Amino acid sequence: MSGYFARHLQALLFAAGRLARAPVATALTVLVIAIALTLPSSFALLISSVRSVSSDFANAVDVTVYFKRDTAIEKVQQLASSARGRSGVGSVKVIPADKALEQFRKDSGFGAALEALTDNPLPHAMDVRPTAGATSPADLESLKRYLSAWPEVELVQVDSEWVLRLNAILDLMRRIVLGSAGLLGVGVVAVIGNTIRLEIYSRRAEIEITKLVGGSNAFVRRPFLYTGVFYGGLGAALAAVLVWSGGHLLDAPVARLARSYGSDFALASPTWGQVGLLLAIGAGLGLIGAFLSASRHLARIEPRP
Amino acid sequence: MIRFDRVAKRYPNGREALAALSFEIPAGEMVFLTGRSGAGKSTVLRLISLLERPTRGQVLVNGQDTGRLPPRLIPAFRRQIGMVFQDHKLLTERSIYDNVALPLIVAHTSLREVDKRVRAALDQVGLLDRLRALPLELSVGEQQRVGIARAVVSKPPLLVADEPTGNLDPQLSCEVMNLFRRFRDVGVTVVVATHDMQLVREAGLREIVLADGKLQDIHVADVPTLEVRR
Repeated sequence: MSGYFARHLQALLFAAGRLARAPVATALTVLVIAIALTLPSSFALLISSVRSVSSDFANAVDVTVYFKRDTAIEKVQQLASSARGRSGVGSVKVIPADKALEQFRKDSGFGAALEALTDNPLPHAMDVRPTAGATSPADLESLKRYLSAWPEVELVQVDSEWVLRLNAILDLMRRIVLGSAGLLGVGVVAVIGNTIRLEIYSRRAEIEITKLVGGSNAFVRRPFLYTGVFYGGLGAALAAVLVWSGGHLLDAPVARLARSYGSDFALASPTWGQVGLLLAIGAGLGLIGAFLSASRHLARIEPRP
Repeated sequence: MIRFDRVAKRYPNGREALAALSFEIPAGEMVFLTGRSGAGKSTVLRLISLLERPTRGQVLVNGQDTGRLPPRLIPAFRRQIGMVFQDHKLLTERSIYDNVALPLIVAHTSLREVDKRVRAALDQVGLLDRLRALPLELSVGEQQRVGIARAVVSKPPLLVADEPTGNLDPQLSCEVMNLFRRFRDVGVTVVVATHDMQLVREAGLREIVLADGKLQDIHVADVPTLEVRR
């Protein structure tokens, strides 16, 4: 058993030594791998940041009803109380046009410009919040139809539709990122496979001699597998550093932008678990690339005395 | 130890290197394989060390039929054979110690055992004080002795040498032959392919002479009982 570990340790140290002796070539290969891994990882991280914000909207099931401009406030109050009587409706809050304008003046920062208005452009509105048991898309749709049927109603806006749309867009982006990550992963395997191939042929004489004295294919292959794992692992580590520092650089501007919209949105930093996953993926891709390349090319090198 | 039974070898380019060659080398004997260039000496050694398989006939080495050995067992088969080459085939970037250790490393020997055996093998060829040197820092004769140390470090029952004295002056050649004879004396079967006829005559051992891929003659100098068994 100790012999087994010693053999692997030997192959590992040998592979590390080869990489360290050619620092520039190693750095270039690692850089290519790191860039290929950085792109999908940073996009995935961005999407998960946005998703965590949109999940705050998960209880955004309110339905906003805008009335026609000429509707009297008394009529609105009357319709509000009939809405309260409908099953599935939790609460109804009437927002008169003048209150809405006041709120808008305060929040938007357009106060001075709004002073210039001679009359209120905003309609009366009301917020209808469904009871907790009546928030399925079908329930909301039926509520929307019920409210739209009133002749005084101009527009019924279901807030959750925006959340659904955002989620659909995020889903689409996630798939695009997954697809490109798959392609870039194949690219990483190809880059590592090719690097290993070159190394195998540059060490042809050594491989022949090793086979001549009875080295098995597995023995000859082992250091190359470690080389592949090193390339992939180092590339993934560099990618993690790039993602982290990129997030750090963008953090302050993004926070400023988000604050100006009254949001506390922030870019997520990669967690240790995600970094570990990235390292595992990098090392795994390296192993696959090295294995494919070594199995293919080592079998062709047979000793010729 | 080695038996060739009507062995023919034709290379992919159509050259017929051996034609119906039969001979036997008993265990523990030291034999020369001679003949002109192109007579088939190298092919015989390649067939013994399973670098080639016979086209027809049977090659038995240490009881194993090389024509039928599956590829995955070839590494283990080669570990029973120590090979010495005219051009040494040393790893030029590795130390003498690492070169000699290679057959043990590939055979998964424990590191303590490796150290013991490498030192013993280098001691036998008189190079124990050079184990940190690189091959190209040694003279040609020393490099050949490193090659021999590597061939015997795993104590194989069979030692095969292809023109081991090709690049050496007569005195160094004589030293190398004496080394081989010492291994023969401890029970190792030794096959030496050479065209150095003076060396063969001086050694006074059995000689298998090849010509055009066939057995031309078997000479015995001072050895009274030559048996071409069966």
